[in-house]
Amino acid sequence: MIALGGLTATPLLFLIVSSFARQWFFPAIAPREFSSRAWEYVASDSAGILSALWTSVVIALVVTSLAILIALPAARALALHEFKGKRVMTFLLLLPVIAPPLAATMGMHNLFLRYGLTDSLTGVVLVHLVPCVPYATLMLASSFANFDTDTEAQARTLGANFFNIWRYVTLPAIAPGLGVAASFAFLISWSQYLTTVFIGGGQVLTLPLILVGFQRSGDEAVTAALSLIFLLPTLIVFLFIARFIKHDYQIDL
Amino acid sequence: MRNGGTTKIRLNGERAWRAAPRFRVFVMLAPALVVIGGLFVGGLVLALAQSLGYFPAGGENAFTFRHYQALLFDEEFLQSLLLTFVLASVATIISAGLGLALALALREVAGRHRFVGVLLQIPLAMPHLVVGVILINFIAPSGFIARLAFAVGIISLPADFPLLTNDAYGFGIISAYVIKETPFIALMTLAVLLRTGQEYELAARTLGANRRQRLRYVTLPLVAPAVVSSALLVLAFIFGAFEIPFLLGRTYPAMLSVVAQRRFTSVNLSERPDALAVAVCLALVATLLVYVYMRLARVLIGTTKPTMFT
Repeated sequence: MIALGGLTATPLLFLIVSSFARQWFFPAIAPREFSSRAWEYVASDSAGILSALWTSVVIALVVTSLAILIALPAARALALHEFKGKRVMTFLLLLPVIAPPLAATMGMHNLFLRYGLTDSLTGVVLVHLVPCVPYATLMLASSFANFDTDTEAQARTLGANFFNIWRYVTLPAIAPGLGVAASFAFLISWSQYLTTVFIGGGQVLTLPLILVGFQRSGDEAVTAALSLIFLLPTLIVFLFIARFIKHDYQIDL
Repeated sequence: MRNGGTTKIRLNGERAWRAAPRFRVFVMLAPALVVIGGLFVGGLVLALAQSLGYFPAGGENAFTFRHYQALLFDEEFLQSLLLTFVLASVATIISAGLGLALALALREVAGRHRFVGVLLQIPLAMPHLVVGVILINFIAPSGFIARLAFAVGIISLPADFPLLTNDAYGFGIISAYVIKETPFIALMTLAVLLRTGQEYELAARTLGANRRQRLRYVTLPLVAPAVVSSALLVLAFIFGAFEIPFLLGRTYPAMLSVVAQRRFTSVNLSERPDALAVAVCLALVATLLVYVYMRLARVLIGTTKPTMFT
């Protein structure tokens, strides 16, 4: 337990120290001087990091909302209905989650060029939907699989309309799964690098792109600070998951 | 419509909706199909078309296999293919072994403490770029481990430290994937162990099986499908993933995804169909692996739970 915790905490501590370090050269084990230069730089308007951060947040939020809206009915159909081609559908959903995005993104680049979607936020949102929608669908499908549709029928008998059934019966029942699906969709969009580079063409600057830039330039303090910002949503999501896992513990994903 | 008495509160549209379940399922799936079918499959088809000679922007418009034929004699491609295959396999095998060991070691604790599962998921959800950055900070020639080695007097110069990032043996790449994928395989294995493990082992114990026999004849066969199928997913993923080899790999030979990316973004437009041919090969291998996974795992909805890869 402690070993596992230590293994996850050490890199974080290292990044924190590194982001405040000044002149931390070989062979010094601890930095000789500390400064808040990296963080001041990150927060300055001229560096453009704040605007990239904002772009990342906006894209991830839009992608998450769209992905959930698209995934909800699809997940329900997959989990609660029998239909021809279900296995094909499952395969198609699994593919973008696992398979490399390279070929499909290159093809999409060609398609997006024709409609003026390259180098645009819209194009980047669309390309992020490709891994996020299948992911959210598969996660929500496992929530729906445990959902008893008779409760909806009961609400209907009591006179509830479509909207009220969703609002008071269905959504509360799948809420934990919905929360996990939404947070993971957010994280997937948040950490996209290659697809953003290809479709955004360097015009849409998100946090991962900036991070790679600083990693390449060798500015370790700023890279560490950016890595910490980049990790923040992951940590928040895990605090959230840890909280509700107490009510319904399952070790699966 | 189970109860005739409720008919009057239904609209006609809703009645039609209930009456045609097939149409209803189609409507429910339609938006997702637009994204996967239109964007993902559409993108793949266009990529395939371009790699087969449909590339008007580059002055090509005739069906040809030459971009694929060229790959057969392309020294960089062949070396990258070999490298990709070896690194992905080695990283997968190490992750599977460690993941299995970790699951077996943690099963007792994981059954009692909920947050073992949560802790194991942290490296899974860490973006690959950050894992890469942290790893470089630790294992680079002037990194943290080299400094520790200096402090205890093993080395006197950064150059004395073995090259572990951007190295010839892919040590950095393999380490990064082992860190990311071991917890994944451990989690998939733990899920099976905690669900079904105990009873069978208890039965074997009552029949007089010792610890070793229980492991060999009960536990391992029980978890083997989970280990193998999750290892296949890991292999499919590593085969085509980009960020880690981009940060931690050598320029030449690079892993296939990096080669494809470099050729695609080259100023020389005529390299694009070659880039697409490489990318299509990668997609084919990954598709095949996912297909085998599905056959093997007999995936049912509700048990398919993908995890954080990207």
